[in-house]
Amino acid sequence: MTSAPDLAIVGAGPAGLAAAIEGARLGLAVALYDEQPEPGGQIFRAAESVAAGKGAPLAAFGADYAEGPQLVARFRASPAAAGYMPRTTIWLLDRQRTLGHVQDGKARMLRPKRVLIATGAQERPVPLPGWTTPGVMTVGAAQGLMKSAGQVPEPPFALCGSGPLLYQFAAQLVAAGERRFTVLDTTPKGRWARALPFLPGALRDTDLLLKGLGLMQKVRMAGVPVLRHVRDVAVHGNGRVEHVTFRHGNHLGELPVQLLLLHQGVVPNVSLSLSVPLRHVWDAAQRCFRPALDAWGNSDVAGIAVAGDGGGIGGWQAATAQGELAALEAAHALGRIERAERDRQAAPIRARLKTALAARGLIDTLYAPPPLAALADATIVCRCEEVTAGQVRAAIAMGDTNPNAVKSRTRAGMGPCQGRMCGLTVSELVAHARGLPPDAAGTYRLRPPIKPLPVAVLADLDTSAVEEEEDAT
Amino acid sequence: MSMPPNSADAGTGSGTGSATGPDVIVIGGGLHGCSAAFHIASAGRKVLLLERDVIARHASSASAGGVRRLFRHPAEIPLTMASLELWHAMKDMLGDTGDFRPTGQLRVAETEEEMARLEARVKLTRSMGYDHEVLVDRKRMFEIAPALGPQCLGAIHVERDGYAFPYKSTLAFRNAAAKLGADIREGVGVRGIVRDGGRWKVDTNAGEFAAPVLVNAAGAWGARIAEMVGERVPLKALALMMMVSARMPHFLDPTVGTLGRQMSFKQMQSGAVVVGGGHRGTPDLDTGITQLDFRKLKTSADTIGGVFPIMRKAEIVRAWAGIEGCTPDDIPYIGPSRTHDGLYHSFGFCGHGFQLGPIVGSITAELITKGRTNLPIEPFRIDRFGPDPDAVSWEASRAA
Ligand SMILES: Cc1cc2nc3c(=O)[nH]c(=O)nc-3n(C[C@H](O)[C@H](O)[C@H](O)COP(=O)(O)OP(=O)(O)OC[C@H]3O[C@@H](n4cnc5c(N)ncnc54)[C@H](O)[C@@H]3O)c2cc1C
Ligand SMILES: Cc1cc2nc3c(=O)[nH]c(=O)nc-3n(C[C@H](O)[C@H](O)[C@H](O)COP(=O)(O)OP(=O)(O)OC[C@H]3O[C@@H](n4cnc5c(N)ncnc54)[C@H](O)[C@@H]3O)c2cc1C
Repeated sequence: MTSAPDLAIVGAGPAGLAAAIEGARLGLAVALYDEQPEPGGQIFRAAESVAAGKGAPLAAFGADYAEGPQLVARFRASPAAAGYMPRTTIWLLDRQRTLGHVQDGKARMLRPKRVLIATGAQERPVPLPGWTTPGVMTVGAAQGLMKSAGQVPEPPFALCGSGPLLYQFAAQLVAAGERRFTVLDTTPKGRWARALPFLPGALRDTDLLLKGLGLMQKVRMAGVPVLRHVRDVAVHGNGRVEHVTFRHGNHLGELPVQLLLLHQGVVPNVSLSLSVPLRHVWDAAQRCFRPALDAWGNSDVAGIAVAGDGGGIGGWQAATAQGELAALEAAHALGRIERAERDRQAAPIRARLKTALAARGLIDTLYAPPPLAALADATIVCRCEEVTAGQVRAAIAMGDTNPNAVKSRTRAGMGPCQGRMCGLTVSELVAHARGLPPDAAGTYRLRPPIKPLPVAVLADLDTSAVEEEEDAT
Repeated sequence: MSMPPNSADAGTGSGTGSATGPDVIVIGGGLHGCSAAFHIASAGRKVLLLERDVIARHASSASAGGVRRLFRHPAEIPLTMASLELWHAMKDMLGDTGDFRPTGQLRVAETEEEMARLEARVKLTRSMGYDHEVLVDRKRMFEIAPALGPQCLGAIHVERDGYAFPYKSTLAFRNAAAKLGADIREGVGVRGIVRDGGRWKVDTNAGEFAAPVLVNAAGAWGARIAEMVGERVPLKALALMMMVSARMPHFLDPTVGTLGRQMSFKQMQSGAVVVGGGHRGTPDLDTGITQLDFRKLKTSADTIGGVFPIMRKAEIVRAWAGIEGCTPDDIPYIGPSRTHDGLYHSFGFCGHGFQLGPIVGSITAELITKGRTNLPIEPFRIDRFGPDPDAVSWEASRAA
């Protein structure tokens, strides 16, 4: 695309795809960028390949996943497909909407009329003793490999943690014929009782709730050992994971594994939105930061909106609804449709969104992560720079009053991932030590490039589109 | 250099505060505010430091942290020489090195014309009686920095200079000041100042504070503070940009600058390479937010790949900018107000005030407690541009 697009969308998951289809239908020139080679996002990773019989069999991924190929096919048939750029990483977005992307080693800058951030979720990091030992990875990463490469983990292995994805992946493994693994469910006792008040809401979407319970049943029925209310998990091994230890009831458990898959739910991937910076708020129910948005997904910066899990975890159906709403708003802001028309078309989408979000309270309460205050001093918090919880606490004791100060002193968050893996933990440790809510403690300031950029690529950056735009105005 | 005697001078100089209130209020918790707070507290005065954001939020953590005497403005040389001694005495003075690393500074010429300018520069500092700047030939230069590109012809080398971690150095002063009883408040922004009898009344978002003496160390916001008492001065806010690479194998010890191209360059102990050079983004003084300009960082990337060929394979993992106040003649405002008693300025360090932090705080403390300093601060007078900042020609001042 040579001229600046009306609507540039970052992320080709459910939110980005729905926004692109809807935006193109409304007559907008759409560009859609994703660093992955195929459209689909996290849940529908490699949907086309899987549907075409590459990778693992489609049936293994369940009914939801089957919707992926349909969504992607609708996108491929839409005029929006012309603006699709796979294998394209967005490394810059600023308050003037300057967008930087890099594809196949060539970096460019442009300034779209509107930008939609649809960068989805990332797994919440699970700092526990030994979690950086080789052979420990996340459930999501293992699931991604199964989707894109048909790769099923080698036994003996275990899934450990809490959250819907834990049983979903366990069920997918069972469906793919693998039963030789253990599930260590760390959801504490009594959570169901606490979550129950949210049940009436969840029942509006009984489908989803039953799906969740059904998955757990399916895994147990297949003979996979499921240990519930597991505590004090620690990873052991010399250069490579050898076994995990944990507490189960009154017992000390030990399990030999060569692979441990951790999961503790997902949180918004806010790398790009924090780097702009958009204004963020603390979501106490989901224990994470998310951008502050209005009902159309608009942020506090003109022309930049957020849709999907990147704006707060809501699942893929909510993501598609939010994507469509953001596209309607873009079309309205760019003068393509009247306000009344925007609102009329939005009404049924809002109804869908409401249904999709009905079970959130239940899920958030049931799978709330354990408090980080109890994190042992020896546990690594920042993987890139190998900074421990004890070092973070020592920095706070030395006068560091906020996450950026801790970062300056300890280097936590200074590695190539820019704090994606430790940002939440450090914010919570500071908040706890100072007796403040996490939003008062604040977040790391993220700075572009949000993904590493080779010096040679930066030196060859194509800035012509921005120069032309500035000459014209 | 030893620590200033504790409370020896208390009660002399300008008036002291009430029994409960502070003697001195310092506005700004960057390196300069924290250094002033430390030196004033060392002299036995009760200090209250007010920082609108958090300590070292702005220039003093964004800084490249170059502890550099090399190529200083002639007016700054006496101060920079004295400050370096304090950097070397940091551990004794503060109980903390501030992570100062004296690995030297190098300024490189890439053309014959630049080489001639280096020679002229060394002649100038020699004529002033200083011998810290040493001209080195190509061979010696490559011994000091073997990774330089083959086009480099020679350099000025300054031993005992180096770099420090700006955040840690600032916190070292902050913590030492707090140990001496200074009251350090974060999240307290000054909104208005009035002179009431012999006292300054300082209005903030957290209520009113009062003291007989005020120090303006508000960095790029220093002119706003000065204006609150009717002292108008020219000051531009610049957003100076920096980049840092992923860790690289060790290839360089000294901090390196080039004469012809905008570049300051150092490899940290971690292996990461930190690159600056005065490329500018856009600052917003009201929000404190800076915006990067990657068109200029592109130039910077091109430069470092040219000066250090090994860098072409490096990856940039982060870039940032810090807001710094700049004056028309590129040297700071230091010293007493020319319109009011009991007010001292220390701001507008033009992108090179990090090295000066230790000494300027000590000068401010001397002015407050003894009413004088032995270092020549006349060139930094607050009123040197006259009463009307809008009438000042920035080009003419710089050329002079
Ligand atoms: C690892 C993981 C696995 C999951 N698996 C499931 C599942 O099996 N079932 C389920 O119901 N839910 C799953 N979820 C939750 C699911 O992601 C969401 O509910 C849904 O996919 C959200 O859709 P989205 O469009 O908001 O974001 P996503 O689907 O996450 O799409 C975001 C896209 O943005 C791209 N992107 C991000 N940053 C950049 C950048 N800087 N430059 C270019 N592209 C970028 C990513 O490559 C990704 O394709 C998973 C979440 C995670 C983190
Ligand atoms: C990118 C960059 C690289 C640099 N590299 C070098 C180098 O290599 N060598 C060198 O010597 N120098 C360098 N400098 C310059 C040096 O860092 C600065 O001169 C020095 O840090 C300035 O310190 P300061 O205390 O004056 O300002 P700051 O650190 O900016 O502190 C001023 C403080 O005042 C506070 N404040 C403002 N208004 C109010 C108010 N109304 N109420 C309360 N508080 C207020 C601000 O929040 C701020 O924290 C560099 C600067 C930058 C930005």
